[in-house]
Amino acid sequence: MSSRDLVLGRIRRALADVPRGERPEDVPVPRDYLATHSPADAVELLAENLADYRAVVHRADAAGLPGLVARLLAARDAQTVVVPPGLPEEWLAATNAARVADTADLTPRRLDAVDSVVTGCAVAVAETGTLVLDGSPDQGRRRITLVPDHHVCVVRVPEQVVDSVPQALARLVPTRPLTWISGPSATSDIELDRVEGVHGPRTLEVVLLRE
Amino acid sequence: MSGTYLGMPAFPVAAATATADGRLRANLTHATRTIRGKRAAAVAELPDWAALRAAGAAVKDRTLRHLDTYLTQAEEAVTAAGGTVHWAADAREANRIVTRLVRETGEREVVKVKSMATQEIGLNAALAGAGIRAYETDLAELIVQLGDDLPSHILVPAIHRNRGEIRDIFAERMADWGRPAPEGLSDRPAELAEAARLHLREKFLTAKVGISGANFLVAETGTLVVVESEGNGRMCLTLPETLISVVGIEKVVPTWRDLEVYLQLLPRSSTAERMNPYTSMWTGPGESDGPRAFHLVLLDNGRTDTLADTVGRQALRCIRCSACLNVCPVYERAGGHAYGSAYPGPIGAILTPQLRGTASEVDASLPYASSLCGACYEVCPVAIDIPEVLVHLRERVVQGGPASVGGQRVRLKPARGHAAERAAMRAARWALDRPGVLRAGQRLAARTRRLHPDRLPGPGRAWTDTRAVPEVPAESFRDWWQRTGGGREAGA
Repeated sequence: MSSRDLVLGRIRRALADVPRGERPEDVPVPRDYLATHSPADAVELLAENLADYRAVVHRADAAGLPGLVARLLAARDAQTVVVPPGLPEEWLAATNAARVADTADLTPRRLDAVDSVVTGCAVAVAETGTLVLDGSPDQGRRRITLVPDHHVCVVRVPEQVVDSVPQALARLVPTRPLTWISGPSATSDIELDRVEGVHGPRTLEVVLLRE
Repeated sequence: MSGTYLGMPAFPVAAATATADGRLRANLTHATRTIRGKRAAAVAELPDWAALRAAGAAVKDRTLRHLDTYLTQAEEAVTAAGGTVHWAADAREANRIVTRLVRETGEREVVKVKSMATQEIGLNAALAGAGIRAYETDLAELIVQLGDDLPSHILVPAIHRNRGEIRDIFAERMADWGRPAPEGLSDRPAELAEAARLHLREKFLTAKVGISGANFLVAETGTLVVVESEGNGRMCLTLPETLISVVGIEKVVPTWRDLEVYLQLLPRSSTAERMNPYTSMWTGPGESDGPRAFHLVLLDNGRTDTLADTVGRQALRCIRCSACLNVCPVYERAGGHAYGSAYPGPIGAILTPQLRGTASEVDASLPYASSLCGACYEVCPVAIDIPEVLVHLRERVVQGGPASVGGQRVRLKPARGHAAERAAMRAARWALDRPGVLRAGQRLAARTRRLHPDRLPGPGRAWTDTRAVPEVPAESFRDWWQRTGGGREAGA
């Protein structure tokens, strides 16, 4: 007998108390929790919660964005910046940093030598201060927002902002590779002191882009 | 402490050593109190917490009652997404599968993101036996691994170590495992975290095989979810060419939508955050994003035996948040090692004796590692009634009875060492059924009360190690009632 049959057989024997005709839906799941906690202003709450977990929040309109991105990269003295294939070109129009394309031959080691990355996002959750990336062309592969030490993420507000986790999941496609980011990498493993930046980017800058 | 739980002493013995360790108790008290307060604040932010908790429990109950359906659905979905599913009936089989999969890649090193399941099955030791080195990459797990130590907490495995100890471990041991610690390393947490970053980055950039567990497995879509903070998880799940995830069969949830419940319950219960810094979700191997080969190992290892127990089954709802550890007065004083398994604290006290059975001394002692105060039940985000299961398991230890072991229905004998307790209970039942005998016994006890020792002889000695024998009153309640008519007469 295969282990699969063995385990499934054990499960069926273990559930001898479950009536034969019971279907999963017959076990009630009360869903009277809230779909949103209804923040007065979701974008403001997003900004507040991002900052609370030590992301740096900026605001810009379409005209101001290229200048802001250029300033953020210059402030870190970034010589190189990874660019997802579908990032709007004008976002980087004002920076001198050399572009590194997110292509198949971009090895982890080469990526490790890159200073910054600029991406868009799929959805942002106000109540938790979370950005979700789904690998769309303006966000690129999961690795590019992981290895460089500085991540600039542009969120289009208000259309990419949802109130809550339930609203975010409803907008996402499960089969895409998804990365949820709430503040920069952090650990509390040493006496529960929070330290930012262990393996992911140590600096997360979020631009709330009002178009 | 050497890297195995095998042959560890029973809880009372281990706890006696741990409670005498002043430094350990200081570390634990500080840590559990800090996180307790933070958690309460994070939970208070959600007015619908009780409703989320009820939904969290109900979804898991639905899953467990139809586990075969959901597992086969998950298997289909993962396979359709290009992954390979393996089934492991026990720890040995899971280790064999993972070892074979690593061997097939030709690699001798793997990077690991912290996983309770692989700790439970002793995967690192099994890999080492096959000449494969597994690098733990979670900061706390790294501290534990370098210190040749065992984890003592579900969320913060090195909670028993303070910054000075961690500095010493890094300075002395990092070189044996790769890049040495920087010269003149101090005990500042930021500096220690930086040393770990440098030490591990080499591994991440070169690793070809990653090993993980998973917090959730969505049956409907075949999506796996890993919740973490440091980014070591993302590294292990993203950069290697092959990813092997070892997942307990109870980790499945029916639908994508169900994640909305657990992604609210878990971070707030566990790290006391609105959301943990990183959550990764993947469905099969990516075309060009992430590992090109994905293996899912579905692990039983005693879970089906737990499932067979209609009272104990609820332990399988556990989402490993560790909230119960942080509120437990027993855990706070005894520490995690005393529980003798990967699962310490109240949840460990009910999960371990169900996964492993109660045959060994340490496993039989675990249902007693509690004051039954109920704090664990109150904080549990999936409403596991831990005290109820503890009492149920105590009964099993003392009286034996029907249980499932290795998938077979058996009748357990009472655990060794509980014969005296059982005899006393039997005698009590006999006497309580016979009023004349009870009265005679009580009078005899009252008349000889001056002669009673402070400590019990024989098997009762352990009980009186930590307690005084209650004093026998000069007169039994029945005699007093009869003499005074319930206190209405003089002399009452």
